[in-house]
Amino acid sequence: MIASRSYDIVVIGSGAGGGTVAQELAPLVRDGVRILVLEKGPRFADQEFTGRELEMADALYQDGGAFLTRDGTMTLAFASAYGGSTVVYTGTSLTAPQRVIRAWDVPGLAHGDLTRRSAKYAEQNNVHPLDDSLINDNNRLFVEGGRKAGYLVEQFPVNVKGCRGSSLCNLGCPNQAKQGTNRVQLPRAERAGVEVVTRAEVLRIEPDRTLTVRVSQKAAGTKGAPSEWAPGDYQVRARIVVAAAGAIGTPALLLRSPLPAPRSLGHGFTCHPALILVAEHPHPITNDVGHPKSYFVDHGASERFVLETCMYFPFVTAKSLTGFGAAHSAIMHAFPRLQMILILACDRAAPGNRIAVSRAGSPVVHYRFTRETIDGLVRGTRAAARIFFAAGARRVHAPADPPYLEAADAGRLEERITARHFRPGMLAVSAAHLMGGCGMGRSAADSVTDAWGRVHGLPWLRVADASLFPNSLEINPYLTIMGLADRVAEGIRRDLAATGA
Amino acid sequence: MTLSSPVFRAFATCVVPEAGGLDTAQWDEMEAIVARAVAARSRAVQRQLALFLTLLEWLPLLRYGRRLSRLDPARRARFLDRVQRAPMLLVRRGFWGVRTLILMGYYGRPAAAADIGYRADARGWEAKR
Repeated sequence: MIASRSYDIVVIGSGAGGGTVAQELAPLVRDGVRILVLEKGPRFADQEFTGRELEMADALYQDGGAFLTRDGTMTLAFASAYGGSTVVYTGTSLTAPQRVIRAWDVPGLAHGDLTRRSAKYAEQNNVHPLDDSLINDNNRLFVEGGRKAGYLVEQFPVNVKGCRGSSLCNLGCPNQAKQGTNRVQLPRAERAGVEVVTRAEVLRIEPDRTLTVRVSQKAAGTKGAPSEWAPGDYQVRARIVVAAAGAIGTPALLLRSPLPAPRSLGHGFTCHPALILVAEHPHPITNDVGHPKSYFVDHGASERFVLETCMYFPFVTAKSLTGFGAAHSAIMHAFPRLQMILILACDRAAPGNRIAVSRAGSPVVHYRFTRETIDGLVRGTRAAARIFFAAGARRVHAPADPPYLEAADAGRLEERITARHFRPGMLAVSAAHLMGGCGMGRSAADSVTDAWGRVHGLPWLRVADASLFPNSLEINPYLTIMGLADRVAEGIRRDLAATGA
Repeated sequence: MTLSSPVFRAFATCVVPEAGGLDTAQWDEMEAIVARAVAARSRAVQRQLALFLTLLEWLPLLRYGRRLSRLDPARRARFLDRVQRAPMLLVRRGFWGVRTLILMGYYGRPAAAADIGYRADARGWEAKR
């Protein structure tokens, strides 16, 4: 027999969107409103964050971080855990650019409003630029090289408190310094009486507002606490449902639910396809200690790329290099001398790039690289190479033939780095800023939700995550997700007040 | 076709030449990592992987008169280089998939990480370096 539960508000997902909505609605619990958060991933204890690459990737990421697009040419990284992807990002916290929000052209969504809300979470989550004394050589060389090469280098504000510089942010901070929703918004919500159930996957949402939920058992030898509910299937009734399962999870959930959803559901997927570039310096530098991502160069508006400092782990680094054999091994053995830069292409929503579901209901991401996206990666790679050489690197590893650029190549990067070296399937492209699929807009004819995350035609169903973005944000998305989730929560409070509930 | 097959070993030592110097226990550790990753994939993907390795083993017969696992290292590398540049996306994807598994198996071992000088530590700046 399937167990039944009943709540006033059910939030699906506990990341930047779901965690924020949970916190903002939590005061309603005092008035007798029953709120439930359902999180597909487990809740991890502090000591379980070991920083070991494969162990943590398996525990935290969907498919161990190797979720592939349908044609297999790009991996998408997103977490499944209490706190969602805020557990595994580097804490970089930027507010949405005005030009992007204007271009989105969503009636009722003003840049000023989003900025004000984002600022609230920047303060709440201790967002600030890191002190100079905590900056490592990998980041310092980016600043020096970038400025010498003529780029405007900016510092990332990050949401850390007591950062010890483990460099392991993407594997979950082992020192609990990163202030994701797992450290800030969710604990607050739980203290106020919001119920959070982990290992609880929502399979379907019925038109009568019943959710089919599967709570899974903790497998022997795996990380994370058992679910708060007994394993099994549940029917959960809700008056209001907030889907915040991320840009893959939310569109997939709505697509496999028998709901009269707008036609554009799943469409408009974008993701900032990214390449990791490495360069070899003549002497060891501090790279695997210190916050990994402290600076960036934003050429999104002019050249469709953003460069960010980064530092990855042995396997991720190895797979990101092109080629194989002795030359590949030689670069890997130079690890203590490696500088790294992440190149993100600013893609745009394109026809065909969308989320779908398989017959079994699993998400399938259709994504093809447009010419413009490839050009963004090419221009970004050239810019990164300029920065590496200006910083004193003696050799840059990049998609080229052969895939090594010596200092003598610095003057002919346009010739060495060309689009023909960026054919899909020839290089390791991955993306972690997954956006769109339930885009905001005017009506069901052009979008899935309105500017308050209400699904057109289904006012009891809201969306509160990056799937709301009608197009690429062109920067790191977390503060914007939180700002939009804040609006979704406000809309729910307003509607509840209006109905006298 | 299994992960302990000659073709997988031939591919692995071509991608990471140092893998040829692993002792039995180290090789087993590498294979276990790869086997775990493969087991987590769908049956369809597992079948594609086995088929791709079979093709890789026999295709060199047409050009070199020998299977991949019997080729000398230089020819093996030349053949795999051609595969990674193949005009067909499906072939390039297959190459990248197996290459990724090999790199995961090799560099996912803590000993390999230490060997290349990777020293990240949860204690960060306070760790002795």
